[in-house]
Amino acid sequence: MPDDSLADAWLVVPLYDEAEVIGPVLREALATFPRIVVVDDGSSDASAARARETGARVLEHPVNLGQGAALQTGITYALAHGARYVVTFDADGQHQVADAAAMVRRAREERLGAVLGSRFLDDRTRAGLLKRVVLRLAVWFTNATTGMRLTDAHNGLRVLRRDVAEQIDLRQARMAHASEIVTQVARTGTTWREHPVHVLYTDYSRAKGQSVLNSVNILVDLVFK
Amino acid sequence: MWIKILLVIAVAAVSVALTRATGGARHQAVRRILLALFVVAAGVAVLWPPLLTKVANLVGVGRGADLLLYALVIAFLTYISTSYRRTSRLSRDLTTMARELTLLRAQVEDDRRCAPDGTGPAALEGTAGGDLHKSSTPGPHSLPGDSAPTAYDAQRD
Repeated sequence: MPDDSLADAWLVVPLYDEAEVIGPVLREALATFPRIVVVDDGSSDASAARARETGARVLEHPVNLGQGAALQTGITYALAHGARYVVTFDADGQHQVADAAAMVRRAREERLGAVLGSRFLDDRTRAGLLKRVVLRLAVWFTNATTGMRLTDAHNGLRVLRRDVAEQIDLRQARMAHASEIVTQVARTGTTWREHPVHVLYTDYSRAKGQSVLNSVNILVDLVFK
Repeated sequence: MWIKILLVIAVAAVSVALTRATGGARHQAVRRILLALFVVAAGVAVLWPPLLTKVANLVGVGRGADLLLYALVIAFLTYISTSYRRTSRLSRDLTTMARELTLLRAQVEDDRRCAPDGTGPAALEGTAGGDLHKSSTPGPHSLPGDSAPTAYDAQRD
């Protein structure tokens, strides 16, 4: 059931090779968020077609540019269409629509510039030991370089108020954008909070998700800009 | 003796290839100077190997061949770093271009939804809108399924 308070919130969904799951994920999200922009990042499968079938607005990158670029395209589009809140949301079904809605409401009620999802504020999320260690290291690195106090640096579920989203300019096309967003949010000096979210690790997401080794790439991208 | 001829030809070929590379005027001048030095040094090293050994001894390296190897390692690392920088700049440019293209195409599609014949004034105005990156005003159109297109505009401050 669509919620009027979410009519000015745009869900930005970067999409890359998720044809199997994108349909149901978008249909569930559309029931709560009427405005969704999906940015297909040059998928090689039928992702874009599956997304179109749901009725969501689908933009297509001509070539694969990376998730950061897809997010930036989506954010620009949402802002150009009057979004007051921009919600970044993963295409693979890891995120809960209810969490996203709660975060938008919280941003509005507490007048926050940004609400960042964290899977470590409560114990709903079950991650493997190695994954936890790597994520903690990422948090440590982000906190050390931004001066923020985060518990989860690489969570794709975020709510940005319009004025904050306008100042986001992602240069890191690949995965390092997660840290980059946090850095740029910090630079705006806006008030922000972390919000407990549940990240669902299914067999599908585990098979597709970032390998732990990829954190090496992220680190190199961040150091050698 | 044959090796000397082959090497001199190789040096000449590489230097011709390098002069054709493009870039800023200053960079190009610096590169040409370095190139001239490289040609001279390479020619000397090929034609009079003992001289290379003498230089090597001067800086505390046993053989000329060793000095050559060290120089090669440094040259290779320099090459890696410049080509890394160039590649990242290129991919950044490509990203900007492709995003711009995507947004323009989206705008054309949106405008076409407003004016199904594609000739309405919105179709022309919208695409001429200029800088998509910084554009923050809502478009003159709404998405299908909009019950009240202006409801959220009114709430903005």
